[in-house]
Amino acid sequence: MDLTRRKMLALGTSALAMASLGAVPAFASLTDDAIAELTGGADIGEGSVTLTAPEIAENGNTVPIGVEAPGAVEITLYADGNPVPNVATFKFGPLSASRSASTRIRLAQTQNVVAIAKMEDGSFQMAKAEVKVTIGGCGG
Amino acid sequence: MISRRDFLQVGMAASAIVGGSGFGNWARLAAQQSLTQDQLLEFDTFGNVSLIHITDIHGQLKPIYFREPSINIGVGGNKGAVPHVTGSDFRKLYGIDDGSPSHYALSSGDFSALAQGYGRVGGLDRVATVIKAIRADRPDAILLDGGDTWHGSYTTWKTQAQDMFNVMNALSPDAMTFHWEFTLGSDRVHELVEQLPFAALGQNIFDVEWDEPAELFPPYKMFERGGTKIAVIGQAFPYMPIANPRWMFPEYSFGIRDENMAAMVEEVRAAGAECVVVLSHNGFDVDKKMASVVPGIDVILSGHTHDALPEPVLVGQTIIVPSGSNGKFVSRVDLDIRDGRMMGYRSKLIPIFSDVIAPDAEVASLIDAERAPYAAEMAEVIGQTDSLLYRRGNFNGTWDDLICDALLSERDAEIALSPGVRWGPSLIPGQDITREDIFGVTSMSYGQAYRTEFTGEFLKVVLEDVADNIFNPDPYYQQGGDMVRTGGLGYRIDVSKPQGQRISNMTLLKTGEPIDPARNYVVAGWASVNEGTEGPQIWDVVESHIRKLGTVTVSENNSVDVVGV
Repeated sequence: MDLTRRKMLALGTSALAMASLGAVPAFASLTDDAIAELTGGADIGEGSVTLTAPEIAENGNTVPIGVEAPGAVEITLYADGNPVPNVATFKFGPLSASRSASTRIRLAQTQNVVAIAKMEDGSFQMAKAEVKVTIGGCGG
Repeated sequence: MISRRDFLQVGMAASAIVGGSGFGNWARLAAQQSLTQDQLLEFDTFGNVSLIHITDIHGQLKPIYFREPSINIGVGGNKGAVPHVTGSDFRKLYGIDDGSPSHYALSSGDFSALAQGYGRVGGLDRVATVIKAIRADRPDAILLDGGDTWHGSYTTWKTQAQDMFNVMNALSPDAMTFHWEFTLGSDRVHELVEQLPFAALGQNIFDVEWDEPAELFPPYKMFERGGTKIAVIGQAFPYMPIANPRWMFPEYSFGIRDENMAAMVEEVRAAGAECVVVLSHNGFDVDKKMASVVPGIDVILSGHTHDALPEPVLVGQTIIVPSGSNGKFVSRVDLDIRDGRMMGYRSKLIPIFSDVIAPDAEVASLIDAERAPYAAEMAEVIGQTDSLLYRRGNFNGTWDDLICDALLSERDAEIALSPGVRWGPSLIPGQDITREDIFGVTSMSYGQAYRTEFTGEFLKVVLEDVADNIFNPDPYYQQGGDMVRTGGLGYRIDVSKPQGQRISNMTLLKTGEPIDPARNYVVAGWASVNEGTEGPQIWDVVESHIRKLGTVTVSENNSVDVVGV
């Protein structure tokens, strides 16, 4: 059976939507700007934040992201390939049992997810993970 | 504490898969007469625990031919490392004589001639004989199936894998993990797994909604054998919802999840495991990286990428044992577990030469019973081949050349695409092509052959995307398939470049003109991961094409220019 014209059009549309995959994110500098605004330009350390993200997204529309930073009062997530990179800010009070959060975010293309934690002493810590968004198919 | 040097020495002792005598004049020798079942099974029992590993059987109940790849390029830290060494380089590396049984079993080169002498490989009735022999030495040996079992043949498709389920149960495995099984759809997977008389493992099989471990698939199982405790942790194929149609098993999420793997290793150690074995469907390079990232794994039994190596590869203190595909090999790994740790190992990759190893009568009759209802339709001869038909290789194989030709001509397309899967037996020149043979390289639950239009720009995006799934220098981004096969389309690929810069010189072969990014091209392909794909089944397309040809001759394919190796 041949594809109908309508099916063909539908396939064609989804094909076009994929055409931007693999390009270098155009919004990376927006993320840098947003981070600079948050930290006021202070130095950002690494090592205290654990960011859990898949290497390759199973579904770019809903990518599970987990973040944990003991001693953090606030954690902000960024997706540097999105037009508006700020994804979410989680705030923790002194009674928070664990300074961790998980959420799902939408990623239209391969990009970095960045977590910036503001610590109790006012310093900043970060972690970064690249999440690949792919067309799929062809697995062994 | 066992030193690296001790490990290597034990490893070298394990390296000769068959007593390494030369087989001169192989073309004229009745080679199999020089090889005996005792030789293939010979093993100096070692330590206190035995593992038996078989993986990626892909529904092959009967003996087949299977040609190993001649092109298998490694990138990044794996450039030039096994299993990315092929043909004569592979034989030189392992000291394997040209024309020897090991040459035929493990490497490419002179395949058609050697196949005449050494015959077919595999067959689960022969595998049964080998397993029984190992169990005679070590009655409590642990038999582990690495997955890709319930998929890949005519009968597996017709019975929705009941054939493989029944025959594997007769071999009494202790555990299995998964990949293509899920393309049966979650309902059928649930139905089969709920009836399994052994463990269905996967530490990385999660519920998609809550991102919690899926209850049906425990992460590990503990075994008390040889006076010690061994934990077997399952690792299913990490990229199933990406490489295969997610809509067929929407309840599940996978991923590598090495943090959870590390947590499971700690958990089983705390529960008294003196030895940690990972039954993995990661693929070889992913397993190597995982061994370097996750501490405390003693043995990784490696599947998915279909590699077969005559000795394990050592990463830190972890041995990685890849055991081939399509029923062609069984690995035996003996371990000395004492004082809370693995003190040494001895292993052997046993090639299943089907003319040398006697079939187990009980399993042979079970296999015949499973096949009987379909025997006549499977055996129908569709055509003949003058050429060696094989699949494996990073860029093309003659089977896929034939499939692409079928798509171009039967579907009236300018360009054909065929997925870079690694399963499917080979046929040697002069053989009949039966319906079963066609299913051996096409059988799947989403085999519809679509026909659509892609722009030149989108075709490049597709090639770049798939190329990054193979040639990303970080193994965690590799999905373990080969490059999508193209018909009617030539291109250059620089495997050393990043995504977006690997593919160039795309050419429409029919006219010799460069691909125009703005123009639409009529493309025929199969195995789309999109739901609702319409078209005839690929096996019907290929059958119709072969019937018209009568005799198949596949000419040399120079349409992919590979650079940056």
